[in-house]
Amino acid sequence: MSGEQEAFLPHGAQGTPERASFAGQPEAQRPAELRQRRSLTDGEWHRLHPATPLLRGGIAFLAIAGFVIANLRERLVDLFLPRAGEYDPEDYDPITYVWEHGYVGLALLAILVVLIVVMTGFYLSWRMHTFRVTDEAVEVRSGILFRTHRKAKLDRIQGVGISRPFLPRLFGAAKMDVSVAGQDASVKLEYLFSRDADDLRRDVLTLASGVRLAEQGLAPTPAVGPGGIENEAALSRIVNERVTEFLAPELDPGTAPPESVVRIPVGRLVASTLLSLGTVFFLILVVVMIVSLVNGQIWALFWFVPSVIGIASYFWSTITKSLRYSIAGTPSGVRIGSGLFSTSNDTLPPGRVHAIEVSQSILWRPFGWWQVKINKAGLSVEAAAGGKGNTTVLPVGTLPDVARVVELMLGGVSSTALHDELDLAIREPARSGFVLAPRRSRWLNPLAWRRTGYTLHDDLLVFRKGVVWRKVDLLPLARLVSFAVSQGPIERMLRLASAHAHTVLGPITATLPAIGTAEAASLFEQVAEGIVVATRADHSHRWAQVAGGVMPAGDQS
Amino acid sequence: MTHQENPAIPELPVPEPVSEAVGLGAVVDVPRRVEVAGEWRRVSPKYILVDLIGEAIFALIVIAVAVLWAVLFEQTWQWWVMGALLLVTALGAAITPRRIRSIGYQLREDDLLFRRGIMWTRMVAVPYGRMQLIDINRGPVARAFGLAELKFVTASAASAIVLPGLPEDEAEQLRDHLVTVAESRRTGL
Repeated sequence: MSGEQEAFLPHGAQGTPERASFAGQPEAQRPAELRQRRSLTDGEWHRLHPATPLLRGGIAFLAIAGFVIANLRERLVDLFLPRAGEYDPEDYDPITYVWEHGYVGLALLAILVVLIVVMTGFYLSWRMHTFRVTDEAVEVRSGILFRTHRKAKLDRIQGVGISRPFLPRLFGAAKMDVSVAGQDASVKLEYLFSRDADDLRRDVLTLASGVRLAEQGLAPTPAVGPGGIENEAALSRIVNERVTEFLAPELDPGTAPPESVVRIPVGRLVASTLLSLGTVFFLILVVVMIVSLVNGQIWALFWFVPSVIGIASYFWSTITKSLRYSIAGTPSGVRIGSGLFSTSNDTLPPGRVHAIEVSQSILWRPFGWWQVKINKAGLSVEAAAGGKGNTTVLPVGTLPDVARVVELMLGGVSSTALHDELDLAIREPARSGFVLAPRRSRWLNPLAWRRTGYTLHDDLLVFRKGVVWRKVDLLPLARLVSFAVSQGPIERMLRLASAHAHTVLGPITATLPAIGTAEAASLFEQVAEGIVVATRADHSHRWAQVAGGVMPAGDQS
Repeated sequence: MTHQENPAIPELPVPEPVSEAVGLGAVVDVPRRVEVAGEWRRVSPKYILVDLIGEAIFALIVIAVAVLWAVLFEQTWQWWVMGALLLVTALGAAITPRRIRSIGYQLREDDLLFRRGIMWTRMVAVPYGRMQLIDINRGPVARAFGLAELKFVTASAASAIVLPGLPEDEAEQLRDHLVTVAESRRTGL
């Protein structure tokens, strides 16, 4: 049933790669720059950045070198500063042994052999690590002895991320991560030439959107499939020509990248990071330390200093990760980028956001700051639990910022309407059409019962909950996996129930505690029906075809 | 999109409908439980026996370990642990028939409803198009009674639907039926 079981196909099991056919068009007519740019999506196998093995094995290499140097430290000190240390040449160590037994030549030979083997291994693994992008999938082949072949179908792509960690950045290399549905099922291109990465991503997403590059005369013509498919291809060609017209300006390589719709001032970023639980913890530490010092216990410094360093580095990494934040809508989806030393930027195609949570801790309330997180498919369990995988799409922002971000995430909703709705939902949920928890739920939910409720409109389920941590969960019905209502004995006594909306794994668990049973029952019916209706109307897996407005009736897959 | 008629799945003998009517309470017009319309299908009554046998096996293992412990180490505290475990198991066994009768499912036009639990009840709706895989599992005891278990895998771990105690042929029919309807209603994730 699942369509993702394509990985590890032996090479050759799928259609022959299409040739890059610029044939029929004189080479001279194409600008050299264009040809260069397109060369990665021509359906041929390509190699990665030559420094790849070094960068991937780089950490292990550094660790081994560090270990060796640490072990030879005394000898090195002795070599450069004779008699400076208390190095005793009579100490047994491998080098002494080699020296005394006259094995110097052999040892050098061994080192040379090891070096050659390692270099050959690096070279071979680079040679054998290839990728290609066809009209159907992104594929990666790797491994010297054990070959793996991974394939990500384009219409299953959940997002494409490009990250440039600090070290690879020095080499001009970037990592591209094509995530598809399924836990930890992403196809990784480590490492690409940094200059190619952004174009490659754009092309991959354009292909995935259902627009064929071929229609622009920029890429090979699509393979002629088996009999039945040709008809569809002809149809989609007509569709796509229209779509391409719409998209053409953005696809122009000369166009500047779109402006970010939200900016985070550095001051706000720093202040919001400092106004967090980490600071509360830090203040408690300070109090404890002062008390200890006053009582004459100097040893308190021994644990205090390391914890201060730990907290400071946590703050530092949080802030640098979010510096230079930008978010913008592109034809291929929403692009979110950030980072100072190690940069990353993700593109989420439309319809790949499974849940949105707008939240605010009580510390942020005086300033009106909010945070936006999303659930997206393709995260591993650890990444989802640890908040990794760039699920925080807005680290801190005002409500208008939030509205703009949510507008990009949902698509097709105006940000002013969203702003008003969110504002009302947060301050006065009763007035904005929310079905609120009944008064009897105050026994279970004493603080937040007045602020707990749901509303369902325009294929969007909205949960409002929390007082200390105010939260609004926005759940597109077309993305919900299932919906549950549960009830424990105390809830039953009070005639209450809890609602749970299930989405793919991520930082958001959409649960609405303690609402009335009658309301829960009606919500259950409405959502169960709504998911089906919304899903039927949803065709975002080939989103540009929808944008063209000429969607073939019925299912795509 | 057209909907297929559900293929004939043998109706299970439905015990008297569990009507947890509004009991004693101040709020009369509010239902105690969350109910939806429709006839719930039950799992096979034989599954009660399967479950009880499983609990009996567990109890035997507990007793065996306790006895072995007593023989090997000549201690006495393990009897308390054994007693506690046996008590819990016995209590569990006492409500097993009700617990299993509370398991129900409905095949609606576009989704599967599933519910279970007496004290902690849970009711889930999964649209057919959201099912990724359907497993049939047969434990050793259940197999002796000709029963099987259907496990539904969706993109969300929280959906967690396991439908135990189905007669084997019914389980296979149900699986085939669900696979077909899931395929016909399938869209992107």
